[in-house]
Amino acid sequence: MNRDLTTARDAGLISCHSCHLLCQRAQQPAHMLCPRCGAGMHDRKPNSIARTWALVLAALIFYIPANVLPITTVISLGKAQSDTIMSGVIYFIHSGMWPIALVIFLASVFIPLLKLLILIFLLISVQRKSSWRQQDRTRLYRITEIIGRWSMVDIFVVTILVALVHLGGLATIHAGPGAIFFGAVVVITIIAAMSFDPRLIWDTEEVGHE
Amino acid sequence: MDSYIACHDCDLIHRINPLPAKGTAICIRCGAVLHKHKPNSLDRTLAFAFAGLILFILANSFPFLGLKIGAQVRQTALITGIEELYLQGMQVIAILVLLTTVLVPFTQLMCLFYILLPLKLDRLPKRLPWVLRFLQTIQPWGMVEVFMVGILVSVVKLAKMAKIIPGISLYSFLALIFILSAMTVSLDAHLIWQKWEKHR
Repeated sequence: MNRDLTTARDAGLISCHSCHLLCQRAQQPAHMLCPRCGAGMHDRKPNSIARTWALVLAALIFYIPANVLPITTVISLGKAQSDTIMSGVIYFIHSGMWPIALVIFLASVFIPLLKLLILIFLLISVQRKSSWRQQDRTRLYRITEIIGRWSMVDIFVVTILVALVHLGGLATIHAGPGAIFFGAVVVITIIAAMSFDPRLIWDTEEVGHE
Repeated sequence: MDSYIACHDCDLIHRINPLPAKGTAICIRCGAVLHKHKPNSLDRTLAFAFAGLILFILANSFPFLGLKIGAQVRQTALITGIEELYLQGMQVIAILVLLTTVLVPFTQLMCLFYILLPLKLDRLPKRLPWVLRFLQTIQPWGMVEVFMVGILVSVVKLAKMAKIIPGISLYSFLALIFILSAMTVSLDAHLIWQKWEKHR
């Protein structure tokens, strides 16, 4: 082992995920608490792969109703018109507001899907113990962590529209059931990214454990 | 062991050398940011938290956005959309929006006051580790900057059919976004943990 490249696990240490204190691994690491901040200590995030898979699959399932069911319903002069995420995007393109169409498409359709695909790719590559471009894969993980929150844009747009367009019989906007599924997708993908442990990407380098 | 740190992304151990002013330590293997030098972290974070609290109060007590069609004017506050969603039976979404735009930012401010004010007076707040850990846990769920993009999108969407009247609350909210991110960036959790260890 290269002297410059020692991991905490190699050295018999555990890094606290909360305060980053390095501690000696106890005999029963499962019940170890950080002596400085009191957080539970884990060598790696517990059941990271199984948990992330479960959350990714749940998000994929919710992604379907989120895109098929209406996210808003406009009731104007007695007529009701429902919009899904995509029909909203198409409406913006037709009315010439393509920057807004792009924002909504990126935030609501592209980012959640991209995030799920990246997580699936990382999970499979970790399970195959791949040592292919670990630095780039770690970078991909960091991207999924950062972009996830931006998917909330559509939920916030619905909130503001519901508040503002409330003009009695003239026009009212109601949130549709798609919004609930979409909110679930966003929250679940954020938790999925949190439960994935990027250190697993690098664990293949170290031989001779367990 | 405090002069060593393991990379949170790839577990590689690094020795921490004192950083130059505004320097950043990066993992040699995966490129993750290990540690940043943050000048005057306590004072700066506290100052931003005070500014944040004032802006938070302003943002929640004045009109947020108005909509004018013909003679009809609809005035809304930051919280109106959340109330409407709740009344429409979308309680889950209402709670999600309330958490990410109001409750989490407010709790972040309160936690920072609780931690930083006593430290400034050289005292240790009770249950400091618990509060600091709680603060780190809720951090990813504050989404004011995402809400701002939501405001932009809805304003552009409605601008064609109605006149939009921006309120004081909107401007305060805009400023709050910058203050909150500056506050998060200037907080040096490592420094607080070191203080806690020394004082204990």
